[in-house]
Amino acid sequence: MLRVERLSKSYPTPQGPIPVLRGVDFTLDAGASLALTGESGSGKSTLIHLVGALDDADSGEVVLDGVALTRLPEKARAAMRRDKIGVVFQQFNLIPSLTVAENLGFQARLAGRYDPPWQQELTERLGLAALGARYPEELSGGQQQRVAIGRALAVRPKLLLADEPTGNLDEATGDNVMSLALDLVAATGCAFLMATHSERLASRLRRRVRLESGFLAQ
Amino acid sequence: MKFPGAMKFPGAMKETLWTFAALASHWRRRPGNFGMLLLGLAMATALWSGVQALNAQARNSYDAATAAISGGGARTLGSSRGGLFDQDLFVKLRRAGFNVSPVLEGSVRIGEENVRIIGVEPLSLPRRSPIAHLRSRADLIEDFFSGPGRGFASPETLRRLNLAEGAQPLTNRGRQLPPLAALAEAPPGAIVVDIGVAQHLLDRHEKLSRLILADDETLDEARLKSIAGDALRLVAANEESELDRLTDSFHLNLTAFGFLAFLVGLFIVHAAYGLAFEQRLPTLRTLRALGVAPMHLVAAMAWEIAVLTLAAGGAGVIGGYALARALLPDVARSLESLYGAQISENLALDARWWFSGLAMAGAGAVLAAASGLLKTLRLPPLSVSRPIAWRAEHHRYLRRQAALAVLALVAAACAYGFGKGLASGFAVIGLALLAAALFLPVGLAGALALGEHVARRPLARWFFADGRQEISGLSLALMALLIALAANIGVGGMVEGFRQTFGRWLDARLVAEVYFEAATPADAQDIEAWARKQSDISAILPVWRAKTRIGAWPVDVFGMTPHETYTAHFPLLDAEPNMWTDLRDQDAVLVSEQLARRLGLGVGAMIDIPTSHEDWRARVVGVFPDYGNPKGQLRIDHEKLKRYFDDASGIHYSLRAAPGATPRVIEDMQQRFDGKIARIIDQSELKALSTEVFERTFAVTTALNTLTLIVSGVALFASLLTLSEMRRARIAPVWALGATRRQLAGLEMIRVLAFAAGAAVFATPLGLFMTWCLVAIVNVAAFGWRLPFHMFPAQWLVVLLIALCAAFFAALVPLVRLARSAPTELLRVFSNER
Repeated sequence: MLRVERLSKSYPTPQGPIPVLRGVDFTLDAGASLALTGESGSGKSTLIHLVGALDDADSGEVVLDGVALTRLPEKARAAMRRDKIGVVFQQFNLIPSLTVAENLGFQARLAGRYDPPWQQELTERLGLAALGARYPEELSGGQQQRVAIGRALAVRPKLLLADEPTGNLDEATGDNVMSLALDLVAATGCAFLMATHSERLASRLRRRVRLESGFLAQ
Repeated sequence: MKFPGAMKFPGAMKETLWTFAALASHWRRRPGNFGMLLLGLAMATALWSGVQALNAQARNSYDAATAAISGGGARTLGSSRGGLFDQDLFVKLRRAGFNVSPVLEGSVRIGEENVRIIGVEPLSLPRRSPIAHLRSRADLIEDFFSGPGRGFASPETLRRLNLAEGAQPLTNRGRQLPPLAALAEAPPGAIVVDIGVAQHLLDRHEKLSRLILADDETLDEARLKSIAGDALRLVAANEESELDRLTDSFHLNLTAFGFLAFLVGLFIVHAAYGLAFEQRLPTLRTLRALGVAPMHLVAAMAWEIAVLTLAAGGAGVIGGYALARALLPDVARSLESLYGAQISENLALDARWWFSGLAMAGAGAVLAAASGLLKTLRLPPLSVSRPIAWRAEHHRYLRRQAALAVLALVAAACAYGFGKGLASGFAVIGLALLAAALFLPVGLAGALALGEHVARRPLARWFFADGRQEISGLSLALMALLIALAANIGVGGMVEGFRQTFGRWLDARLVAEVYFEAATPADAQDIEAWARKQSDISAILPVWRAKTRIGAWPVDVFGMTPHETYTAHFPLLDAEPNMWTDLRDQDAVLVSEQLARRLGLGVGAMIDIPTSHEDWRARVVGVFPDYGNPKGQLRIDHEKLKRYFDDASGIHYSLRAAPGATPRVIEDMQQRFDGKIARIIDQSELKALSTEVFERTFAVTTALNTLTLIVSGVALFASLLTLSEMRRARIAPVWALGATRRQLAGLEMIRVLAFAAGAAVFATPLGLFMTWCLVAIVNVAAFGWRLPFHMFPAQWLVVLLIALCAAFFAALVPLVRLARSAPTELLRVFSNER
């Protein structure tokens, strides 16, 4: 489903470029899950962004569902993000002017795959049924993260990416959100790649790898 | 947001639709901001389209006046030297087979109203003339020629004169009009009569104004010359009419002020849309991250602009119509007083005007949103974290502003150095305003940096440092305020300076105590003979007048009698030492300032003046100011006027009366001569009338100026209201560290007032520069006269107070909201920090 080969990325600074990823390789099959751990600044978010077609790599390749994302023009990459990738950000990134129900269905509608029964199921399983008419600012952090997970899964993506999805939540809420996410990932059969600095959370996924000095360590 | 799930759209359109819905939902959460955006665009459109409506109405009326007789697009023959020509010429041309139709035009007074009399011969009028259809109405055409005749006026003109059909009013010269009938096609403010009746009413026997050539007439110019000599000239169908040319400057002035108001309005739109863009930036990034292509984002924003244009532009055009209706009476009176133009007060605008108003709103909205659209096209889905981003961005912003300000200044200098005329004058003003507006944030940032450097207490340091961060958000509104204040000082200074100059000039020009117009030259002789015997009347000064044409310009020629009234008082800009004796004894003339400028004449220059016989070559011995007169004027000795101009009026006089004798003299004359006097007026009344014309001329400019200031106040309010939400994130940490909400609200108010005061301080020299441009460039190019430059410090103080008041009231609502905000609202800043 997902193949990452020799992926490299560095950030320019006045003192010269700082390499963050130095030729990362891994694969992820449909239905599989992989936790990406590492210290702060180790490049976890950068890797998630590159795999999610949100940023450009310096070199290497990301192939999703047979399509080389790194070679696509911007318009086609946007279409891949819309149709095949769901992203859950640490900061939730909900649209503040849309209600919970509207946020949940938004990406699916964009992709032309809005499925009311699936939306209903997601709403109920995420415990958002009573909150449909509320706006994001009226929700707690855990509730907002559940909306973000629901939005990402409503499109039935091939790949779900999560960047520190519980980083802003307390331990109990984080565990609860994580359980929900894993249940739903299993229900959709998508591949799941999660960046986290929590070894405890990482242990709940099937595989885990560690990013150190820009390289992956198994 | 309603998701029309069942609707079928192509994929790309569907994506744009959802994106549009997501973007538009921002306004649902912030109806106040949306209201400001709508209001800004609507006000800008209203001010622009209102002014355009006034211009269109006036031009339609000029066209209607021409087309009502000739049918529009007709060629005519007119006097080569301006004024009238002998009817003999018409008779000769008809006999020679020329298919021409005679017209005589002139003005009479009925009660207190000026009315244009148009004499025609319906049988020979071109077929396309709207009046020509009278030929098919046997009853009307018979009445027209027989008995007392008929006068046709539009229903609006009859209403204005308060006359019913069938009425036969008397002119002030005691001539009775034929029974009047309503005719919708008659031009506004005019009465159409038979040519013979017109000659009698206007006391222009055997005289004509022009000849209309039939549509199919091919003019043999050689034959025309052999019959009429050089007496007639061909006026092409597309030649700009005299009225068009004379009123061009008036309309350009209106357009310039309308455009200024439009630009100030656009500042609101730009500020509101720019701030909305900043607020929606996280949403835009999220949309990009969710897979919306940049083009679809831009397309959705374009839809938003289109909706905005339709809603606000539509409201603005309706507002413009209402504004034009409110200002039209003043404009119509100004055009009538200044140019003798009759403007219909029934505002009738065609579809083009409505569409152009909407197009202007659309162009304005696109212009205001352009930077947001461009940024969206380049927007990456990720926000790169940059710890020193604000400071670097702020310095880049200030450097860009300063560079653009310098560019605008250079362009202004080029426009002044290389440009010519009115357009160059307005370009200098516009570019200088732009340069100052662009430099304003740089100046304010410098002042705040200095404050931060000097301040010792932590809250004071925060006050200055935070103020610098606020500049970029408020800068557009402050620029709008600066421009409006500068325009207020500039136009106010020009109008006040003009008012004072005009007052002194009137005192010097209107020295005689009584002015009268006799009904006929014979009546004038009787009155003159009587006046010579009156002990209360020390001098009888004929002020006869004639018309001529020099170059393309109509010129009035006035006769003067050597007398202390003139030699001691008549205002002059430049003169030869023995001017008065030369004027009497030699071939010499005085030239009005505007004519001197148009023809490039100075004292000592020679000028060829077309007369009733042949050109008269005379030396310019003086140049005099002639404020408020669009036509050129020559002043020559009274005896020479009689000698060179056969059709000199012979009915205008001024009298010098003994002190306190004026009311008695006027009463005696009215009792003794009654119908022989068309009009009599004393000095104070004439001054009052002239001043009224002056005030009315500037009423529209003043109204537009005040509206511009109101618009800028709204811009400031809109920006502060939108910023208040963003400000909370900056204020909350200071509040959390121990400052009270009341204390913070007070500091916010002081900051807004300081910004407004800064704008007012910037506006003062800019306004003075604008006054200088108006008196030294624009007025000279537009009207031909240059006014002395005056400064009015009291006006500056008023403008400063206006700025502070505007800022105070604009800041009041957001700050009261802040002072009263519950601690939980400020705490939410921390819980929602992203």
